[in-house]
Amino acid sequence: MNFTSYEFILLTGLILVVYYCVPKRFQWMFLLAASYGMYASAGWMCLVYISITTFSTYLAAVKISKLSGQKADYLKEHRNGMDKEARKAYKDSIKRKQKVWLWIALAVDIGLFVVLKYSNFFIGNINALCSGLEQWKIIPYTEFLVPLGISFYTFQSMGYLLDVYNEKENAQKNYAKLALFVGFFPQLSQGPISRYEDLSRSLYCGHEWNAETVCFGLQRILWGYFKKLVIADRISIGLKTILAAPEQYQGIYFGVAMIFYAVQLYADFTGGIDIAVGIAQAMGITLKENFMRPFFSKSIKEYWNRWHISMGSWFKDYLFYPLSVSKTMLRISKKSRKLLGEEAGKRVPVYLTTSIVWFCTGIWHGASWNFVVWGLANCAVLLVSRELTPVYRWCHQHFSLEKKKWYPVFCVCRTVVLMSALRMFDCYRDVRIPVRLFFGMFTENNFSELWNGGLLRLGLSMADYIILLCGAVLMLSVSLVQRKQPVRKTVSELPYPVRTALWLLLFTAVLLLGAYGQGYEESQFIYNQF
Amino acid sequence: MEELMEILSELHPEVDFEQEERLVDGEILDSFDIITIISEIADTFDVVVPAREIVPENFNSAGSLWKMIQRLEDGE
Repeated sequence: MNFTSYEFILLTGLILVVYYCVPKRFQWMFLLAASYGMYASAGWMCLVYISITTFSTYLAAVKISKLSGQKADYLKEHRNGMDKEARKAYKDSIKRKQKVWLWIALAVDIGLFVVLKYSNFFIGNINALCSGLEQWKIIPYTEFLVPLGISFYTFQSMGYLLDVYNEKENAQKNYAKLALFVGFFPQLSQGPISRYEDLSRSLYCGHEWNAETVCFGLQRILWGYFKKLVIADRISIGLKTILAAPEQYQGIYFGVAMIFYAVQLYADFTGGIDIAVGIAQAMGITLKENFMRPFFSKSIKEYWNRWHISMGSWFKDYLFYPLSVSKTMLRISKKSRKLLGEEAGKRVPVYLTTSIVWFCTGIWHGASWNFVVWGLANCAVLLVSRELTPVYRWCHQHFSLEKKKWYPVFCVCRTVVLMSALRMFDCYRDVRIPVRLFFGMFTENNFSELWNGGLLRLGLSMADYIILLCGAVLMLSVSLVQRKQPVRKTVSELPYPVRTALWLLLFTAVLLLGAYGQGYEESQFIYNQF
Repeated sequence: MEELMEILSELHPEVDFEQEERLVDGEILDSFDIITIISEIADTFDVVVPAREIVPENFNSAGSLWKMIQRLEDGE
């Protein structure tokens, strides 16, 4: 169910009311029923798929945890009768058993995820590769229903399982509680990808009605809807026009599309997260923040630490590090040092691991090659900027760049432009198009389109541009204020009539300026597709 | 400990590793640095750092890194 559908808004309101009416000890059970009810509305098969993932994760985690307990008891009992070697042998035997359970569950989770999300990607590629062969019969595409948020809940489940395997978490023995962790409805459609340690703290305990918490939650939801309905959905009209006709809209229009997409993606994704975090907060549940003013980053590395934080940290903790310290990678490291020398050789495993992680990040975003190219382009920028660190240091020392007031602004602008340009790979399936259009910006001189009415032919009126400009300024201002303390806290310190007027104004803006009206079709959040 | 200090100093000559206690929390070491350190530890001390040990507490200072190496050498 889409966050912007009337059904979702009504049901969420109802859930919130009932949540505070049921006794505290039953609240989490009610939330599970509500979450599964919401999910079932997208199709019963979605419920079957999420249950398979939950059950395999639950079973493996319980078995792994049991083996850990067994190990601890045994070692304690035989503390004096075992030498170092015997202890190690025993630990290894338990680890092997745990590994079997881990791999079974990961195979089920990843297998289901890959089959449902990537079958048609593989089929399309096989068909394309083999189309030249004689007597090749085209493989028909599958018609699986891809469950909403499968990328998010699968990764969340695997993260939990790996935490149990690494003995950072104890397994949740209550199946229904784990089912709620995996299927908690606000985070199901576009994250954040929560860690069990964070979410479990507030998910299962009962919550008293607290007017301030509920109010803050509702305000956050309202701000999310403002970003989504007033900004993202409005700017998407102009963006769609440009993207639909790459031959017609070239030159400066590609620059316009870059800005439009950056604003749309930011408003859309952070808006969705605001709604998810707000709903949870209204119920007294804390979801971790997924953004930290990413467009204020001074480098791509910093940007990726501040954008979609839960996904970045997931890939870092559960893929990048384990892969880096795997025996295979350490062997590669040794061999490459022998072959290429110390300096170049030690870079090989780092480069290899980083490329694998970014390949996965790319394909996680979408089952098509343009996302892979986008991921690898990010990887290339990160690695090149790392290699250029000595050059940056030299420049900083010789030109005292850090003392210059304009330098941080330049760095922020550089990050915004670079990220906006890379993001355009998301928009075109054929990766050659954004590359050609990007260079076309410097060769085709049609800057005059910016002031001769060209922008008004994109489906957006002057009023739309004014609303977008005000919305963008508002988002920027909120980000600036947020650096000191949450905006809602700042607003709550204002006199009652002023703060009430401000929230009413925002509510009215969503009602009047949101993408409603005749012919309105609720548009999906961009990250729903991932 | 000397060998460990050498590894760290080679990576970030500008950092005072004897004093610094917020290498990860203070964003002095990034993920690339961490895997470089792990790879160097494997070579120098013949110790494999498992993924579960890659937590800020183990990498925040030279002292905590040294403790982790010793713990892993002891097979704990």
